[in-house]
Amino acid sequence: MAEGKHAAPGAYLQVEDLKVQFSTEDGVVRAVDGLTFSVERGQTLGIVGESGSGKSVTSLAIMGLHNRKRTAIAGKVLVDGRDVAAMPDDQIRRLRGQQIAMIFQDPLTALHPYYTIGRQIIEAYKIHHRGASKAEGRKRAIEMLDRVGIPRPDKRVDQYPHEFSGGMRQRAMIAMALVNDPELLIADEPTTALDVTVQAQILDLINDLQREFNTAVIIITHDLGVVSQVADDVLVMYAGRMAEYGTAQQVLREPQHPYTWGLLSSVPSLHGDADEDLLPIKGNPPSLINVPPGCAFHPRCRYAMLDGGPCDIEIPQLLPLTTPGDSGHLVACHLSERHRRDVYAQDIAQVGVAQ
Amino acid sequence: MLRFFTRRVLLAVLTLFAVSVTTFLLFFAAPADPALTMCGSRICSADAAERIRTTLGLDRPIAEQYAEYMKGVFVGRDVGTGSDAIHCPAPCLGVSFRNHLPVLDILSKGFPITISIVLGGAITWLTLGLILGTTAALRRGSPVDRFSIGFSLTGASMQIYVLGLVLVSIFVYQLGWLPRPTYTPLFDNPFKFVIGMLLPWITLGFINSAAYSRLSRAQMLETLSEDFVRTARAKGASLRTVNYRHALRAAITPIVTIFGLDLGASLGGVVITESTFNMQGMGQISVQAVQNLNLPVVMATVLIAATFVVVSNVVVDMLYAVIDPRVRLS
Repeated sequence: MAEGKHAAPGAYLQVEDLKVQFSTEDGVVRAVDGLTFSVERGQTLGIVGESGSGKSVTSLAIMGLHNRKRTAIAGKVLVDGRDVAAMPDDQIRRLRGQQIAMIFQDPLTALHPYYTIGRQIIEAYKIHHRGASKAEGRKRAIEMLDRVGIPRPDKRVDQYPHEFSGGMRQRAMIAMALVNDPELLIADEPTTALDVTVQAQILDLINDLQREFNTAVIIITHDLGVVSQVADDVLVMYAGRMAEYGTAQQVLREPQHPYTWGLLSSVPSLHGDADEDLLPIKGNPPSLINVPPGCAFHPRCRYAMLDGGPCDIEIPQLLPLTTPGDSGHLVACHLSERHRRDVYAQDIAQVGVAQ
Repeated sequence: MLRFFTRRVLLAVLTLFAVSVTTFLLFFAAPADPALTMCGSRICSADAAERIRTTLGLDRPIAEQYAEYMKGVFVGRDVGTGSDAIHCPAPCLGVSFRNHLPVLDILSKGFPITISIVLGGAITWLTLGLILGTTAALRRGSPVDRFSIGFSLTGASMQIYVLGLVLVSIFVYQLGWLPRPTYTPLFDNPFKFVIGMLLPWITLGFINSAAYSRLSRAQMLETLSEDFVRTARAKGASLRTVNYRHALRAAITPIVTIFGLDLGASLGGVVITESTFNMQGMGQISVQAVQNLNLPVVMATVLIAATFVVVSNVVVDMLYAVIDPRVRLS
């Protein structure tokens, strides 16, 4: 296994060679196929990729939320040294919401429509504080709502989710996730369903709370803007595998994988030339039942080396870059490092947010 | 909230008014001359028929007759004139053509029977349907699930009179465990009441539970895949809490709706069940009234059945607001 920070021993969360497969009527879905990474407390990892790249499946595996009957999970998910992947459900349940908490994409559907915000937060608190009284739970809920910036929390606590605005709902969701001071927070597309103006507020809030509680954070997103705003490290996923890994600076400023290039050059930049065309990635993500041979990205890659070349035959290894000063930057691509740097400088750096 | 209910209640009153007018018009559209019916089966002289018509006020304009009828409902009236007049106290739903008794007296004998059959049956079908449906959804694909599907298919394709008679034949005649189903007023003898009603309840409950188990299974499966159920699991809630407090709580709303409407519709009379077990409930009374062209009774049963449906609709709407906080705003 490649060296690098992505596999730091002793980190709060260590995922080692995680494989998640679902059997369906059409065949086996390899949703995650050998993923290794780690997150330390106080750090934020951004996991980026298109829909269906295995991001959310990874987060659900960390939470132990997959239906065990229909899902095969291999590899290790070490949370504070304990392997969640091998744990019986009633033990994971004690970790969930207590040590690992999660925020979901759409706070309207993720909150129960029939219960008040307060009741839902109190429930989250009381599950892990068995002896706590209702009054204590309520006090705690109000305190948390206040903490996440909801005005008049003592009034809002008795309201229902539909009485909250989208941004307030997501704040409430964050309050609920953080009510037990978790050590790891997984945010699955936390801002996708929100207005752009609200997005920044929510990200700031997550950042602030992380600093305050020294939480390890994983932000799952397809939005590179979000990643550049909050992530320390970035993991780019494609078809259940890691395409590129590095610090936010490395991945966003000196990306080395053609897929990352594609992601960057399909997002318009405020600073760029408005007339310049974007360069979207052609085609669609592959079906995870029938992943293309070799590098899964090769059918969509502009630079793929085919006709006897390795790209459609051999799965590229995840290797660290050899350039000095670029340690910890891992890429799974058959192109030579030099070739990639040249292509990036010539073709990509001018387009979209990459510039 | 208050406005919502006021609007619903006003709408209900309006509906009842429309129903009463329509049924009243049936009096005149029906291919029966009330006067001849009252006159009896023997040959009626034109003179006698005419006299009856006049005493009943059937020769007056329809609107006037309707007003008279509605006056009877609210304050009571005398039906007929002179020495033939029958006093009919409020709420007067007319006087039977056959035996000259106020219709309400006839119906008040049948109503307790129908309500007893329907309430017991409804409790049976709701409990059975909910338990089977939710268990099946929670163990999708398991033998329990397959049993539940098979059970509801059997229930849905079975007829009340077949199942009812089979049950009577087994439990009453062959095993002798139960007496013949009869209605005993609850307060006369609660034990006899339950024993006598058991088979109608089981029959009606089993057959109607089919729809409920299907509905609750489908609803449960749908809510189990909702995001908020995943949230509950992510909080670390126990399986029980997730399944019942989160999933079932959301799944039950449409079931309550259907239940309320079914209940309202059944209270107007469950003809087949009543006749299978030979109980003189509202259903039997109305069928006989139709056969005898006893229009005042027909009209009264139609009105009462409509009232139940309308009232149950309002009650369901109110319940909905209690169950689903989102309704309270609109």
